[in-house]
Amino acid sequence: MTLRFNTFAAPSRFYGLAGGLLPWFWASALLFGLAGLYVGFAMAPTDFQQGEAYRIIFIHVPAAWMSMLIYMVMAFWAAWGWMLNARMASMYARALAPTGALFTFIALWTGALWGKPTWGTWWVWDARLTSEFILLLMYLGYIALTEAIDDPRRAANAGALLALVGAVNIPIIYFSVRWWNTLHQGSTISMTAAPKMVSTMLTAMLLMTLSFWAYSFAVVFTRARAIVLEQEGETEWVRALTHSREQA
Amino acid sequence: MGARPDTFAGAGVMNWQSLDNFLHMGGYGLYVWGSYGLTLAVMLVEALAVRHRQRQAFAAARQFAQEQEKDPETYR
Amino acid sequence: MTGLLWAVTKRDLLLARRRRVEALLPLGFFVVAAGLFPIAIGPEPNTLKLIGPGVAWVCALLAAMLSVTQMFASDHQDGSLEQMLLAAERLEWLVLGKVLAHWLSSGVPLVLASPLIGVLFDMQAQAIATLALSLMLGTPVLSLLGAVGAALTLGLRSGASLVFLLVLPLTVPTLIFGTGAVAAVDAGLSPQAHLSLQGALLLLTLLGAPLAAAAALRISLD
Repeated sequence: MTLRFNTFAAPSRFYGLAGGLLPWFWASALLFGLAGLYVGFAMAPTDFQQGEAYRIIFIHVPAAWMSMLIYMVMAFWAAWGWMLNARMASMYARALAPTGALFTFIALWTGALWGKPTWGTWWVWDARLTSEFILLLMYLGYIALTEAIDDPRRAANAGALLALVGAVNIPIIYFSVRWWNTLHQGSTISMTAAPKMVSTMLTAMLLMTLSFWAYSFAVVFTRARAIVLEQEGETEWVRALTHSREQA
Repeated sequence: MGARPDTFAGAGVMNWQSLDNFLHMGGYGLYVWGSYGLTLAVMLVEALAVRHRQRQAFAAARQFAQEQEKDPETYR
Repeated sequence: MTGLLWAVTKRDLLLARRRRVEALLPLGFFVVAAGLFPIAIGPEPNTLKLIGPGVAWVCALLAAMLSVTQMFASDHQDGSLEQMLLAAERLEWLVLGKVLAHWLSSGVPLVLASPLIGVLFDMQAQAIATLALSLMLGTPVLSLLGAVGAALTLGLRSGASLVFLLVLPLTVPTLIFGTGAVAAVDAGLSPQAHLSLQGALLLLTLLGAPLAAAAALRISLD
């Protein structure tokens, strides 16, 4: 079978491929996660200023990165599905949304738990936190809209439009809040990227990012397979599948 | 943050003198384990929920296929 | 093209005038909701002065969202919206016409009522003027973004509440600059930067929202 660009555009082929890859993703997520945790806790030194509280960074930053990455990927596939009328792309976009929302929630929650002992407050309205909060609202809006529409095609296309409009909004949110902070003197100095990080800390963070990335693939692929079955349930290949397999 | 020279503090689990110290996290145990605990919980729930959804979808598809076989006229 | 714009605007304004009470409900909500805050939070003038611009802006936002589904709802129900889709060469002008009518009938009253809110919150004259100006720049943005939300949720059961969730995050930039302008004036600084940015946002939204709303209408009605 020759591999073309759109070989896996067919839901049936995606279903099979995704199913085959799932164990590898789960294994990678576990291994990278364990490695990251070991480096982060057993090897990385205590932070000079923050003590042990900084170790939240190994979850917080990877989660925040994933939340933004997943949104971009979701908007991309949603737009692809809309423009090219590609069903699998639309289904994949819908599969991404809940995972992205959960990572955003994790980023916000762990950020608050990190901020309380270090900044003295659970929350602060600076650029990063505000835009992350808005991002969560956008994910929820996308999920709410796509779930509220019964027709899958209208749901996918409406979601695509919303995701694209939201993507335009994100840089505006980020810059507007930054300008607002600098126009008003005396705002809190937020914790932006560390200037120079001890290499073990960086390593642990990268390992955890890889773990989260593999985990995302595993969860999103499983959800996408579920969506494929839900939307393609009445097709021939699905019928054949239910005959031949006992489970999933 | 933590501007120490680039070293690999490779003393392994010597970072923590005891399990107690590990859990206590220099006084920040609640925050650190609260974060890790939540993340683990969220991931577990998501993974289980998604697996459940996939199995339900499969079961529904199978049921539809069976019903269609029994009564081809209605589902044509 | 502009003929279509004015025709649609005039038609929608006429329809709004016939249902005057319904058209003025957002204004009523605005005044009542904003007025609840001093009652709930207490009459301490300094506190009120601090929260006044924010309260006014949030209530204006919510009031705008209340009426936004009306832009397309009644036309959708009696089928005339689909006719418009088929007949109109450029759907964007149709959307712009409806947005203009919505802003004139529900946005402008909010701007005109804002001094009342300013007085309720013990704001200075200059702050009140800035508030009104910021709302004048901001309410069109709310109508424009609301049109996108209304078009996306056309005909849905939960459409009205869904529009809130969808549109409110998008309105955050103009909210930030609008309230920032008043805060600047209170601090003795010039609001020019904030207002210019609001103006820029208005232009950007003016260019993009009709396109997005037109696309959304096509998605919802196909």
